[in-house]
Amino acid sequence: MTDGPLPPPGAPGGPIGANPSFFDLIRTRPEALPQPVTDAVTPMHGTTVVGLKFAEGVVFAGDRRATEGFAIADERMEKVFAADGFSVIAIAGAAGQAIELVRLFQLELEHYEKITGDRLSLEGKANRLAQMIRGNLPAAMQGLVVVPLFGGFDERRNEGRIFYYDATGGRWEEDDFHATGSGGRPARSSLKKRWRPGLDRAEALRVVVEALVDASHEDAGTGGPDPARGIFPTVIVASGSGAEAVSEDDVRAAYEAVMAANEGAGGASREGGVS
Amino acid sequence: MSFMPYVPPEQLMKDRSEFARKGIARGKSVVCVEYSDGLVFTAENPSATLHKISEIYDRIAFAGVGKYSEFEDLRISGVRLADLRGYSYGREDVRARDVANAYSQALSTIFTQQMKPYEVEILVAEIAEDAGRNEVYHVLYDGTVTDEHGYVAIGGHTEELTNAVKAAFQPGWDLATAVRESVKALSTAEGRQVEAGQIEAGVLDRTPPARRKFRRLGDDEVTEILGA
Repeated sequence: MTDGPLPPPGAPGGPIGANPSFFDLIRTRPEALPQPVTDAVTPMHGTTVVGLKFAEGVVFAGDRRATEGFAIADERMEKVFAADGFSVIAIAGAAGQAIELVRLFQLELEHYEKITGDRLSLEGKANRLAQMIRGNLPAAMQGLVVVPLFGGFDERRNEGRIFYYDATGGRWEEDDFHATGSGGRPARSSLKKRWRPGLDRAEALRVVVEALVDASHEDAGTGGPDPARGIFPTVIVASGSGAEAVSEDDVRAAYEAVMAANEGAGGASREGGVS
Repeated sequence: MSFMPYVPPEQLMKDRSEFARKGIARGKSVVCVEYSDGLVFTAENPSATLHKISEIYDRIAFAGVGKYSEFEDLRISGVRLADLRGYSYGREDVRARDVANAYSQALSTIFTQQMKPYEVEILVAEIAEDAGRNEVYHVLYDGTVTDEHGYVAIGGHTEELTNAVKAAFQPGWDLATAVRESVKALSTAEGRQVEAGQIEAGVLDRTPPARRKFRRLGDDEVTEILGA
């Protein structure tokens, strides 16, 4: 399908100049885009992702569970991705659509950067994502909802920023923290108690890990950390020095610190089960 | 119905070639040389933002000389082709050879079918995992493609430039030497010293772990290399 002559830079009759959007380009080849599926398929769903601001930027984290109806489809799924060098996208919702949206979004940013020679502003990235989610609306109407959480380090304002979305492409900026997905509500309650302005990196790590642990206690779709099997949340930090994944050792240390602090308090250390 | 005077095809092609060659000769040149960690492109370019050298894909870079609007148009088409390929298949399936072939076809069509040929010459280069297996394709205004090794120069004063690089080139240069020798060759070809502030340079460097291997050398970096 990509064979044949080079795609022309500007369609005649359109606005002049090169369109720097990969999304627009790929939309001219609809067969390459994810299509709505029928109700007969039970798609995989990703669950809880959280994001918060800290002193140097933003921290995003996601649990690792994907569900298919009442079954656990995957215990090691990644839901948090670096969108480019300075921003992060975390996804909850129908996994197939969501992963494809992330892939398209990453390419969209890279394509823009290559065509124009400049990185998009964080605001520009957030707006572009809203338009792409709107493009997924037909699928969302059939239950394949994708709701990302987006954030990053705004190089122009010199601070971290967080944006959240709904299935229609509505976009809101969050001042402090946000969580979305099936365990979003308990995660937000946890963040509300633990978050404060100006957290340092280690504290911010503990806060996001605790929020995911709390969410996994309240929500069947959210997988908690499992040290025995070496399953820990995916965490990505975006700061002035760029977006980078936090190593598993650091996440494990944060998890152990959270567990130790809650020892005997009946809080986050409470194991699931009937009580 | 109007009558067109008969022009023999040989004459037509010759006129077009001459026109394109003259246009290219008026412009500045780009030189690409192999060094120990990859490929480095160097050009004299008074503008800091209107680039001659740029990134196409993870391991593929582009350099163009001649008419800016025309090679910019080709560059954008190349980025589109590469991104579409990479999205539809896989990132490693995007190859410089395919991009160069697409350019060759596009330029050859333009050369024979349009009112005026493109006054451009371009390079499409891809670095390989080990030195010596890099691919550098040189595409001419009429779609002619050649496969180059070690070093290549395009643009105005190519002959002098190629001779200067040829005389100096040695495999296994480090980056600083490669840039210094390239600038020296550019200066020789122009017959004057090219200032550090006027140098545009970009590298495909295989050493960093990042997926995207293309990197521009900033003015500071070039000044430092040339000053040493």
